Amino acid sequence: MAGLAATLGSGAMTNSIGEIEFNEVLFTIGSNAPEAHPIIGNKMKAAAQRGAKLIVVDPRRTELADNAHLWLRLKPGTDNALVNGLLYLIIGNGWHDKAYIDERCEGYDDLWKVVQEYPPERVAQITGVPVEQIHAAAELYARTPKAGIFYTLGITEHTTGTANVMNLANLAMVTGHIGVENAGVNPLRGQNNVQGSCDMGALPNSLPGYPSVNDPEARARFSEAYGVLMPEKMGLRIPEMLDMAVYGKLKAMFVMGEDPALTDADANHVRKALGSLDFLVAQNLFMTETAKYADVFLPAACYAEKDGTFTNTERRVQRVRKAVEPPGECRADWEIIADLSCRLGHEMHYESAEEIFDEMRTLVPSYAGITYERIDKVGLQWPCPDVEHPGTKFLHAAGFTRGKGLLQGIEYEAPAELCSDEYPILLSTGRMLYHYNIMTRHSANLESLRPHELAQINPADAQRLDLGEGDTVRVSSRRGSITTRVTVTDVVPPGVVFMTFHYKESPVNELTNAAFDPVTKTAEFKVCAVRIEKAPESELVSAAPAV
Amino acid sequence: MVELTIDGRAVSVAPGTSILEAAASVGVDIPALCYDKTLTTFGACRLCSVEIEGRANLAAACSTPVADGLVVLTESDTVVDARRTVLDLLLSDHPQDCLICEKAGDCLLQEYCYRYGVEHTSFVKGATKNFELDDDNHLIQRDQNKCILCGKCVRVCHEVQATNAVDFAGRGFESTVTTSFDHPLNKDFCRFCGQCVDLCPTGALVNKQLKGTRTWERQKVRTTCPFCGVGCNFDLNVHEGKVVGVTANYDAPVNAGSLCVKGRFHTDLIDSPDRITTPLIKRDGVFEPASWDEALDLVASRLLEIKQSDGPDAIAVLSSARCTNEENYLLQRLTRAGLNTNSIDHCART
Ligand code: SF4
Ligand code: SF4
Repeated sequence: MAGLAATLGSGAMTNSIGEIEFNEVLFTIGSNAPEAHPIIGNKMKAAAQRGAKLIVVDPRRTELADNAHLWLRLKPGTDNALVNGLLYLIIGNGWHDKAYIDERCEGYDDLWKVVQEYPPERVAQITGVPVEQIHAAAELYARTPKAGIFYTLGITEHTTGTANVMNLANLAMVTGHIGVENAGVNPLRGQNNVQGSCDMGALPNSLPGYPSVNDPEARARFSEAYGVLMPEKMGLRIPEMLDMAVYGKLKAMFVMGEDPALTDADANHVRKALGSLDFLVAQNLFMTETAKYADVFLPAACYAEKDGTFTNTERRVQRVRKAVEPPGECRADWEIIADLSCRLGHEMHYESAEEIFDEMRTLVPSYAGITYERIDKVGLQWPCPDVEHPGTKFLHAAGFTRGKGLLQGIEYEAPAELCSDEYPILLSTGRMLYHYNIMTRHSANLESLRPHELAQINPADAQRLDLGEGDTVRVSSRRGSITTRVTVTDVVPPGVVFMTFHYKESPVNELTNAAFDPVTKTAEFKVCAVRIEKAPESELVSAAPAV
Repeated sequence: MVELTIDGRAVSVAPGTSILEAAASVGVDIPALCYDKTLTTFGACRLCSVEIEGRANLAAACSTPVADGLVVLTESDTVVDARRTVLDLLLSDHPQDCLICEKAGDCLLQEYCYRYGVEHTSFVKGATKNFELDDDNHLIQRDQNKCILCGKCVRVCHEVQATNAVDFAGRGFESTVTTSFDHPLNKDFCRFCGQCVDLCPTGALVNKQLKGTRTWERQKVRTTCPFCGVGCNFDLNVHEGKVVGVTANYDAPVNAGSLCVKGRFHTDLIDSPDRITTPLIKRDGVFEPASWDEALDLVASRLLEIKQSDGPDAIAVLSSARCTNEENYLLQRLTRAGLNTNSIDHCART
């Protein structure tokens, strides 16, 4: 969320899920909510059925695209050029909100300097979206007061992800669409508690509540609370951890609840890194691909076996409750951490998850007013600075968290990896409805609906490669090669295949590109160049029956 | 505000409120099968009929708006007679297998027959429906013989799930709720959100996960879904120490009772035999079971060794966007205060 934090001073969804139904325009870019965020998807579709106008920017003809008033089928990875084109038209036609810009933003000249190089004809050429559609989208978005932007991994999982997000913030600021109800810039976060784990400081550059590790005042506060001097040096981000492991500089890793060997880009490199470590600990429910490399495996309780809180994509802190005992010797992650910490010589003693929460909220001002008692039934949205505060439905009402909103011109950069004769097809990856990362593969119920990968391929490509529904193909990139079944569908445009990352039998991250966004170090999951060949069914890696 | 009288009580509500809602606001429960406050009004079941003084015909409380000075009787003899007739008719072609019906104890038809003393139908041996059971998928069972055509499933699928998987077909006695081309429910057109099952007043739609347990035997524990950033709330249903399924929670702030297939049907993974249930230590390349003390002592001693020999920055920690706030908070504390490094990150920073 570095993009939003830099421009507005806060990296969270500015508005709330409940507002979606009352938006007049929903501008979605790189987000297929009906698959990735189903209940938000329902609200968007219901809003469209009621007459709200949906502008969908997506190379795929997704379910949302089918419900759209305007569907902009851009070429994968050209989002920034499109947004610049929209800004060009909005400013050029005087649809921007001058008073708002003067009062609340800075950097307008810098923005215009870049944007003026993006007339619609050029943008149409880069993105493949016709000029009239760009024009219609710009006018509709800019001239409707209740217009919100929604985006998800689609726009952040590019090498230019941070820039993409800043450009969306430009779009919203220029039109005065932030700090008001039914509008805003709204990242829809993928995993259930991404927002919370960022808020809690599970980040190499910031402490809980987002003060930088370089901030001496904040470090002093935490040093005093923990009775230990806080480290100053910026920590490693995941890709750096992996690189350092390969170089032999990183010796040990402790991995709680994640499976980078399956979910991170360029799986070969990840495995090499894990294999280079002297010592690896995995704390998880299942023997994941990563855990197989571990020296010690610590069995954890699942969410139904412990107490705690999650913070959802609209900053709402909600309760998780223990319903049953964990199986065998499994223990809640927090109990394991506290126990281990004592053995490391840093004493931690908690009777309950609530005690941890109460310690945390004395250190994180935006959570200070949230208590288990207050969120017993209905969660509260941060910032919630004191116990009388009702929580915050939408951000930046009175002004931006960082003071003035920062407008920054963002040049379009082509995706890091382009197609070639050898790798002529673009592979795009994402989520689907029936599975969540990989964990749900352990549910026989969900597995019954979609037991294996089905790569989407356009009929034109299928015909050229002599492929029919359900046929097997070998997909190869510059980094690896996997097999999968295909489904032939015009959901994807010619020249593009789409796969999910839920299946270890078709581990798509063998193929993806670990070229990183320079700021967040998020890999370019979305776009990589591949070659597709028909393969005999015998080459499919068979799934172990789910349960 | 509109002023009226319901069962002798003075009621004051906003214009446009239905009689049914006005009654509910003062705690008067008018029975209804096809009404749901989250859906558009259908006015089909006629069970909510009430008497309005000065009007010749009974009025459907769900679809009749309040008006100043109305005097409403919700349980007069005429009303009760009418309700008995409605229930009697519904029972005439309804399978009477309450003893073994999954819905028993939670069935509105059963509840209202009990409330109005309708023991059996007075229509002897009419025609009975004879639909085939739709039991093709793992999650939802459809028995159209038990369908009373209240249309809640049709409306919720259209209005809330925006999916349109099911609709009415046929007329009169032949009418039914079905899928396009009468196909068994499948994922080509149904999202398996299960919300229709939740709203079905009878045993026509059954959540197969909950089969074999009775509603009164299940404790409900409210929690937050762990599968995406929307953060829906639902009730885990617990039976004899096991999670057997999920039911919706209609006062949930984000989802108001809606769920997707993952939230609704995932719970068998909690008991998955793939779970690892004891600490493991790898010896000569093979994982062997160990005690917590052994495992944690080994982890602590190895980490301290490495910190000693190569410095704190030779250690890195991955936290998880799937774990709770408390756990993420605590792991960053362990990393910074226990290991003295800032090298903590998680996989889904975007
Ligand atoms: S499960 Fe959901 S999508 Fe399927 S018919 Fe029922 S309400 Fe519609
Ligand atoms: S029920 Fe579905 S939409 Fe709701 S939080 Fe869970 S996964 Fe997300």
